[in-house]
Amino acid sequence: MIEVNNINKSFAGKQVLFDISGRFEKGRTNLIIGSSGTGKSVLLKCIVGLVTPEEGRVYFNERNFLDCDIETKTEIRREIGMLFQGGALFDSMSVEQNVMFPLNILTKMPLDEKQDRVNHCLKRVGLENVNKRMTSEISGGMKKRVGIARAIVNNSRYLFCDEPNSGLDPLTAIKIDNLIQEITTELDITTIVVTHDMNSVLEIGDNIMFMYKGRKAWEGTSEEILDADVEEVREFVYAGKFIHTIRERTS
Amino acid sequence: MKNLGKYFIFLGSMFRNREPFHTYIKNTLDEMITIGVDSIFIVAIISTFMGAVTTVQTAYNLISPWIQDYVVSNVVRDMTMLELSPSIIALVFAGKVGSNIASGLGTMRITEQIDALEVMGINSTSYLVLPKIVASMITFPLLVTLSMFLSIYGGFITAQLTGVISGEDYLYGIRVDFNPFIVTFALIKAVAFAFLVATVSSFRGFYTTGGALEVGQSSTKAVTSSCIAILAADYLLSQLLLT
Repeated sequence: MIEVNNINKSFAGKQVLFDISGRFEKGRTNLIIGSSGTGKSVLLKCIVGLVTPEEGRVYFNERNFLDCDIETKTEIRREIGMLFQGGALFDSMSVEQNVMFPLNILTKMPLDEKQDRVNHCLKRVGLENVNKRMTSEISGGMKKRVGIARAIVNNSRYLFCDEPNSGLDPLTAIKIDNLIQEITTELDITTIVVTHDMNSVLEIGDNIMFMYKGRKAWEGTSEEILDADVEEVREFVYAGKFIHTIRERTS
Repeated sequence: MKNLGKYFIFLGSMFRNREPFHTYIKNTLDEMITIGVDSIFIVAIISTFMGAVTTVQTAYNLISPWIQDYVVSNVVRDMTMLELSPSIIALVFAGKVGSNIASGLGTMRITEQIDALEVMGINSTSYLVLPKIVASMITFPLLVTLSMFLSIYGGFITAQLTGVISGEDYLYGIRVDFNPFIVTFALIKAVAFAFLVATVSSFRGFYTTGGALEVGQSSTKAVTSSCIAILAADYLLSQLLLT
């Protein structure tokens, strides 16, 4: 479980996060949603420690992440897997080397065991026989899958995904969403996904935090969001013509 | 001043929470190939012509019945070892290797590859930058040694081909009044310059923000800052060790 308390963050005097608090439960797919520029990715970066907030606390299973010593911070980070928006795969390495990278650096596993683990993870994300391909030779959807495989290869306890289906076609996006949800349940990990894709919200949103202009404006589940009584949430949810038409027809 | 402070904090961060020693061995060897072996060609070409031009120009300036011919190669030797090989090759090194380091790290930064390392709990400065510094400090003195040899040899070939001085006089001038300290001095400069180029360029690349345009700007800044650092260090070391 991850808990954030009273996170405040500003850049060059402009405050982008206002007193954000929330709990992200284990075994559930937690979503942080909102329009572009509302501070979703900044909040995610504050949680994983890539950005340091001015105020606030982040707890990973009751371990204070922001104020702990460097050894504890490293220990917590080694339990984290993260899928970045652009994949952030190492472009000088093959798919296999990318997925094996955390094992090479963080473990003393023998090579054949590492190979088995990499093959298992690649198979789990639906990628087989691409081990030797370079990252520049695979598609955007495949890059996301390799990113997920790399994130879970070291038995991570926490999975973070920043816009996992940006730039993907709707079908591939749904596959990636389902993969994230399946992995969360299967490995019983705490997952936080940042997205503004309503398909993802309805598909995998076990627990949703809606952000508006740097503030938490609403919290609930994917069933509750359709009937939310917050104006900003309704504007966001029914912004698309497709979902707007469905709403009109069903009502 | 703020950047200078940030630079020293950056250097300090490499030694905190490092990865196990074996992690660095392969990376350092890879960097030695990229930084050292891949620079041999350009160093060889520049050094040979540098020696050739120095010989012709020195001979042109020393036309006098009072000055013996061997003095030309004597001057070429001292100029090459004391200044040209360590400093000119360091400036070339800053242009070739410095820009490569800065753009490589800058691209890793903007594509979130450095963030990915940080999230994994890996000290990114130590993992990415330390091997570059060690590789530079090992390979650059070797490149300078090669440069000194080729520059003097380039001068010898030119002397033979143009007849500005005879081969015998050239070889005599190379040997006469030789002070071994100038080799030590050249190698001390080489190590210092290699450290400056690797750290300054890494610093510029590591803190790149923005996109492709900013990567280019970081690369340019890396070369400019490295060149200034080399020239300042050159003066400082000459003042300290030669006076």
